Amino acid sequence: MTAIQANGLYKIFGRRPRRGVAMLEAGASRDDLRQEGLTAAVIDASFDVNPGEIFVVMGLSGSGKSTLIRMVNGLWDATAGDLEIYGEKLTKTSDANLRRIRREKVSMVFQHFALLPHRTVGENAAYGLEIRGVNRTDREAKAREALSMVGLDGWGGMLPGELSGGMRQRVGLARALAAGTDILLMDEAFSALDPLIKRDMQDQLVDLQRRLEKTILFITHDLNEAMRLGDRIAMMRDGRIEQIGTAEEILNNPANDYVAQFTQDVDRTRVLTAAHIAEQPATVLGAEQGPRAAHKLLRESHAPWLVVLRRDRTPAGVLWEDDVAHAVRDDQTALPWSDTHEMPVVAHDTPIADLFGQAAQHLSPLIVVDDDGRFLGVIPRVTLLTAVGRMSPDTPDTSEPTEAATQQIEGPEGADA
Amino acid sequence: MNPTIPHVPIGDAADAGIGWLRTNAAAFFDGLSSILAVLTDALTDLLLFIPEPAAIVLFALVAWLLRSWKMALATLVTFALIWSMGQWTTSMQTLALVLIATVIAVVIAIPLGIWAARNDTVSAILKPVLDFMQTMPAFVYLIPAILFFGIGAAPGLIATLIFALPPGVRMTELGIRGVDAETVEAGHSFGASEGQILRGIQLPLAVPTIMAGVNQVIMLALSMAVIAGMVGADGLGKEVVSAISTLNTAKGVEAGLSVVFLAIYLDRITSSLGRPGDHRTSLRSWFAARRRAAASAS
Repeated sequence: MTAIQANGLYKIFGRRPRRGVAMLEAGASRDDLRQEGLTAAVIDASFDVNPGEIFVVMGLSGSGKSTLIRMVNGLWDATAGDLEIYGEKLTKTSDANLRRIRREKVSMVFQHFALLPHRTVGENAAYGLEIRGVNRTDREAKAREALSMVGLDGWGGMLPGELSGGMRQRVGLARALAAGTDILLMDEAFSALDPLIKRDMQDQLVDLQRRLEKTILFITHDLNEAMRLGDRIAMMRDGRIEQIGTAEEILNNPANDYVAQFTQDVDRTRVLTAAHIAEQPATVLGAEQGPRAAHKLLRESHAPWLVVLRRDRTPAGVLWEDDVAHAVRDDQTALPWSDTHEMPVVAHDTPIADLFGQAAQHLSPLIVVDDDGRFLGVIPRVTLLTAVGRMSPDTPDTSEPTEAATQQIEGPEGADA
Repeated sequence: MNPTIPHVPIGDAADAGIGWLRTNAAAFFDGLSSILAVLTDALTDLLLFIPEPAAIVLFALVAWLLRSWKMALATLVTFALIWSMGQWTTSMQTLALVLIATVIAVVIAIPLGIWAARNDTVSAILKPVLDFMQTMPAFVYLIPAILFFGIGAAPGLIATLIFALPPGVRMTELGIRGVDAETVEAGHSFGASEGQILRGIQLPLAVPTIMAGVNQVIMLALSMAVIAGMVGADGLGKEVVSAISTLNTAKGVEAGLSVVFLAIYLDRITSSLGRPGDHRTSLRSWFAARRRAAASAS
């Protein structure tokens, strides 16, 4: 069952908004409606969010994304269309039923935190449970648990005013987590935070989502944030959803010029992964073979190195031409690993930006493995650099790629992951 | 020849209306009058029952509890001065009148303000009514008040009430409407009912504004309570009126100063009610800090 299912949702502000729906269906534009004194905030939006997915709605201000998220928990009524939360209709339902669905199924995190300043952090975190009528001891325990999940152990007695912005938003997140609903709506939740804290919160959110398997509908105007977080992304413009897809789909196959133009400045090295640019080496050596076989393969492949794989296709290491030549001359039988036995292995889903650190530390190509540690391919340094060159925008504005590249190289701590 | 316009008998109509009410609702007004008189007398008796030195210390302690030790010291000095000027009894009579008028005004004003904040129609209707109440010269209220309630505390109280009510309503509405929309939305998004949002979010967040309104109510009530002396309400107002009629400067200054001291005391106390955080040297903040320390230690 889908967690959130939206079908032909419209939201139009103004007098007698339903006539706007008819006009739009008859092909009128948003500007035509404005002539009539109507504002079309969301037009014919359809999407499904699967349980355990981070679904990001990305759009600039005025694109209707905030209206859309407020329809998902019924803060605003849809003018037309259907919306279901786990099969339960949210449109055209009673207020009491709407409140029940909000209490049990959907909680929300707000851009400006929306904490209650007169209550302590702990009381804020427990707010959703208090509304549901959970008794004090239980809700305090749950609130403490949620606060520790977001890294705010022992802050429960403070007032929100005594906390920094990042910490306040952690309280907002804890409040939503403590409510225990499956669905989290996050409305520009990290937009008010400064960049470093924002990164931190994004990482933490992804981490929490993996652990708790919450379904997250995330609204943002920051495309890089959308690409970092979203399992799937819906691109919105002028009230319409232009494209829904994974970050890669949107980058590689934009549905129209708008999406293409929008994504051209995206730092692709943060979105595309190692698997994307990994290449198959001309040849690989079985770990049970000897130096002579290695020597032969090296001569044929015209490369200074050779990847050695075990029988289960996990990488055993990289051999260097010089070492192999020495071994053959000295009539050794064991494979001549270099002294350091270096072998930079990276996971297939490592963003390209995070490969630079490893590439800088090691001479040998990066070895890309899948989730089970089996060999997928290699990324020689040349390939890495060419790939980044290809990813730079076509526009003559050349400052962007170099800036991106230096930034990546400075960040080896990411590559250790 | 000057153009003439027929006289629209608004004043006569008001007079007739009031006359009709007097004949037909006399029992109601008599009942109300005696209730108000009993309330005022009871509170006055209570305030005067406490010996002056004890009462002065008590007032000072309240000032320390809510504001600061400096305010407590100032209270000691000014209230002792009121006593020594021989205005203690009249001051307590005025204080009783002000307090009762304020309590009644707040009981009416806050629900009205809440209603107006939640309903645009109510707000639109209330606005001109409040304007009327506030701008009509205060003396004008005294005329029907005397007709309905005779001479004494009751007409003074009613006139005070009408005059002092508007800021209470307005500030309550303003406070509730001014609560951050996202915070109210947060309440909705967690499934809170309208009542839970009002009690748990809107009212607590509007408290500083509402208390500013209550402060205004008290100050207006005090200014009106002096005028109420003209219709025979006991207190500082009566002293001022008699000082005017006998051109007694000494008495006028003493009564007037007592009003000022009372006004400053009430203003400082009520303005600190809504903003406890602003007064770190108050006893209340000290107690709160101790409670928090005890809670975090456990």
